[in-house]
Amino acid sequence: MPGPSWWNVVRAFKRPRWWGWAVWLAILVPGTVVLAGLVSDFVLNTRWLGSNPIKEGELLLGKLTIKYLVATLAVTPVRRFLGWNWVARDRRTFGLTAFGYALTHFLWFVLLDIQLDGAELAEGLTKRPYIIVGFIALLVMTPLALTSTKASIARLRKKWTVLHRLAYVVPVLGVIHWWMSVKADIGEPILYSVTFAALLGWRYWHARRLNSPHATTPSGRAAAS
Amino acid sequence: MLIRPHTSADLPSSEITPESLYMSRREWLSAAGLTVGAIAGAGALLPRPARAQQSLGTPYGLQPDDKPTPWEDVTSYNNFYEFGTSKDEPAEMARNFRPRPWTVKVEGLVKKPGDYGLDDFLKAGKVEDRIYRHRCVEAWSMVIPWRGIMLADVLKRAEPAPGARYVEFTTLYDPKRMPGQRVPVLRWPYTEGLRLDEAMHPLTLLATGVYGRDLPNQNGAPLRLVTPWKYGFKGIKSIVRIRLTDKQPSTAWNDSAPDEYGFYCNVNPTVDHPRWSQAKERRIGEFLRRPTLMFNGYADQVASLYSGMDLRKNY
Repeated sequence: MPGPSWWNVVRAFKRPRWWGWAVWLAILVPGTVVLAGLVSDFVLNTRWLGSNPIKEGELLLGKLTIKYLVATLAVTPVRRFLGWNWVARDRRTFGLTAFGYALTHFLWFVLLDIQLDGAELAEGLTKRPYIIVGFIALLVMTPLALTSTKASIARLRKKWTVLHRLAYVVPVLGVIHWWMSVKADIGEPILYSVTFAALLGWRYWHARRLNSPHATTPSGRAAAS
Repeated sequence: MLIRPHTSADLPSSEITPESLYMSRREWLSAAGLTVGAIAGAGALLPRPARAQQSLGTPYGLQPDDKPTPWEDVTSYNNFYEFGTSKDEPAEMARNFRPRPWTVKVEGLVKKPGDYGLDDFLKAGKVEDRIYRHRCVEAWSMVIPWRGIMLADVLKRAEPAPGARYVEFTTLYDPKRMPGQRVPVLRWPYTEGLRLDEAMHPLTLLATGVYGRDLPNQNGAPLRLVTPWKYGFKGIKSIVRIRLTDKQPSTAWNDSAPDEYGFYCNVNPTVDHPRWSQAKERRIGEFLRRPTLMFNGYADQVASLYSGMDLRKNY
């Protein structure tokens, strides 16, 4: 492939030995820090999570969910543009991590934020749009997490591909949930909306190009998944 | 109207340092010629038990288990969008703000309008230390030892004209000094308002300090409003103008989201914010939530101001 030599170097980058470890650290460290911060703040009177650790931890877990959704959606473009096909197997890991943080975020809300107040939970799930949207996002993620095994892929075949297109809905719901929950500081929700718009827009554009009669790239098989 | 019905019940007398002792420490500090900053530094170095012994002021409307929220939280967990929208930004972004010299304009429907330097402005009343409960509309709360004067004294000196029914407050508008104002997250300058009888209420303070020290910049230096029976955002910070009017003033949050933030902003556990319940609150530093009290525990003193009003509509 023609191009500057540094670009070839980047494209030739192979999965390093430490990559798997790095992914595990990236997955586990942030959540561990949030949990340890909560315990430390209440038991040892520290301020790792600031003055309102329950609220701050809840927010951090929500943001981690969004970040791992970005990572999940970024895998295919990275394969496409950088030629790093070896990141493909991390996509499921990132997706499951996003689900794990979303579930923890929800449990944190129920157990620590509203502290098992059944009436408030019921109100939230029926009257408060941002909670409803967030909960739907979690519901949509659940079957995707449950069918993420190789066995499910083999068993569901085409249905699996269709089902897992729901992954494109989750970040949209996630960002709407975040946007609706803030008072006036919409800077970060805007930033992530733009990111998701780019990642989803690229897929849409790519899928259309492949379906057009002028499509020529044989590598189209790998794209837009 | 003097309201100190809770004084004796709220704080066991063993917790109150005799004023003579307290004063002697303060006098020693000022005699040593220390600046305000140095006093703040020295205070932070004192061991916790010694600080807890300080008399922080007269408790107003405190519940038996209300303890002052630590200085560290009061001065690092702030909503002050003029210095950033996150809670920890104001302490950082306001670090170099200079709250003096400062001029406060008193104008509108008053017989004696005027521009006052801060020290002259404060001569209208007696500076007092009062411990109040503080409830944010976001469902967290604190207990804060304020220092300040009664707004009523300022208004009396200005002599409200017969048509005056409301008081409008305005924050400094200076994007160079308040970088948050470069972003249109709210309509700048921030404004707030009170009905004249609310403004004249003896609980209504214009605060100049917390914990016996000058207000830190992030808490609204050099002058902010404190109305302990209302949600915290009523407490407009860094006030430069007080204007009496015959019409209900427009207020910043009401302009921004009228369905969520009304003019009155009274703490009310039975009227939800559209996005969350107001029935409970999280006291900063505590794990379990507490029930929110009607008018934040000041119902005995202020409920009569709103008799006959539908508080569901006038939120």
